[in-house]
Amino acid sequence: MLDDFMTRATLAGVGVACAAAPLGCFVVWRRMAYFGDATAHAAILGVALSLALQVSIFVGAIAVALAMALTVTLLSGRGYAMDTLLGVLAHSALAFGLVAVSFLSGIRIDLMAYLFGDILAVSRLDLLVIWCGAALVVALIAWRWSALLTATLNEELAYAHGIDPRREQLILTLALAITVAVAIKVVGVLLIAALLIIPAAAARGFARTPEAMAVTAAVIGAISAVTGLRAAYIFDTPAGPSIVCVAAVMFAVFSVISRTERAGQ
Amino acid sequence: MSLLTATNVSVAYGANTVLRNVNLFVEPGEIVTIVGPNGSGKTSLLKAILGATRLASGQVVRKPGLKIGYVPQRLHIDPTLPITVERFMRLAQRVDQKNCSRALEAAGVPDLLKRQMSGLSGGQFQRVLLARALINKPDILLLDEATQGLDQRGSAAFYQQIEAVRQDTGCAILMISHELHVVMSTSDRVICLNGHVCCEGTPAVVASAPEYRALFGTGTGGALALYRHEHDHDHDHGCNHEAAE
Repeated sequence: MLDDFMTRATLAGVGVACAAAPLGCFVVWRRMAYFGDATAHAAILGVALSLALQVSIFVGAIAVALAMALTVTLLSGRGYAMDTLLGVLAHSALAFGLVAVSFLSGIRIDLMAYLFGDILAVSRLDLLVIWCGAALVVALIAWRWSALLTATLNEELAYAHGIDPRREQLILTLALAITVAVAIKVVGVLLIAALLIIPAAAARGFARTPEAMAVTAAVIGAISAVTGLRAAYIFDTPAGPSIVCVAAVMFAVFSVISRTERAGQ
Repeated sequence: MSLLTATNVSVAYGANTVLRNVNLFVEPGEIVTIVGPNGSGKTSLLKAILGATRLASGQVVRKPGLKIGYVPQRLHIDPTLPITVERFMRLAQRVDQKNCSRALEAAGVPDLLKRQMSGLSGGQFQRVLLARALINKPDILLLDEATQGLDQRGSAAFYQQIEAVRQDTGCAILMISHELHVVMSTSDRVICLNGHVCCEGTPAVVASAPEYRALFGTGTGGALALYRHEHDHDHDHGCNHEAAE
């Protein structure tokens, strides 16, 4: 069954959606949307480096994404506002990445594939990496769920429970780097943040607990992946952006529905 | 052994030293209040005790296995984060639903279990925070200006509740407050802070200390008089502040 490229693409999309959903909830709750963007943009530099060093793109992307996330964490609160810092680092990393790619003469690479993803070219090995990465992210978040949630609500409250918020932040950062690395193939670095944030935001109106929001976001993400791929096949549109478009439409529809419901109460 | 002891604690943010050589201890069952003007390092001291800030020098020793209940000054829950009162009560601590209901009832806010935290009024919110802090029977309760945003009646009721908690459970209380008349009526010991410990002792001793008067002016004499006046007429809440005088 894995012989069919559409099946592989769908499985890849659903895998990334499942990892991105709970992580995306924390990105939304902690107002880290731009942080996700910065990590993703840095990954292009990772792609360039891994092509130059001839290592797996997954390894290069995860290393640079992690380095980026750690740099931001270390530099935050030292003079510049967070959004300024992220703006500088994210776009510099992207620019350096693009320049670095141009030095790689002799290797023909399709830059578009990394910027916007190439989900239809997902191989069996890619699929394995994506699902292992996604499982790792989900396991990490499930393991630290309660501590992550407490640290998100209030840092001092976390300390009172013996939880170190800096460690939880580090775990989120790590999960973000893994997600970015596995999602490059699926939606590309420019649209990863969309897959993190849009399903979580769309789930908000229907959830009464954090857990319900994470599960709903995963369902919305998976539906977007399946429907988006189907639409891309039928209308011959780019696959990654089509997935994001479906998620965005769901967000718009759900927002209207939950607002009308609230007004009706 | 004291529940917690801070020895020569200094805290600095960059070049700015906010606390210098502060010594503090809390005995079981005591109510200790920290007062001080804005920027005097009250919240930094509480953070140091929680372990939430790096010490420039000194140390904080907690009794082994000390259970801390913490009520923050303000807890902002992002509107994108849906959470019911019950889920919040059970976060990071093992509690069953029955105990949640009981704790809320004791805090004077029954029937809130299924409500969203974001839909609560200021008073309800503070009481839920208190109920949550008390649910696992802490040895010490830390309160950081826990009545901010409550009106006078609300905060009076809140402090009465704290008194009742101490009486029922024998749990020690360390709080920051700027409501001087409340401080004077409920505390066993008052610590007057302004970057360092200016003076400390029973409320009566602190109120007459020249350092305290220099910080808070003579107007506080009026607050104390008001409290004494109230005290003559109202013994209903059964505080034992006579012992402190």
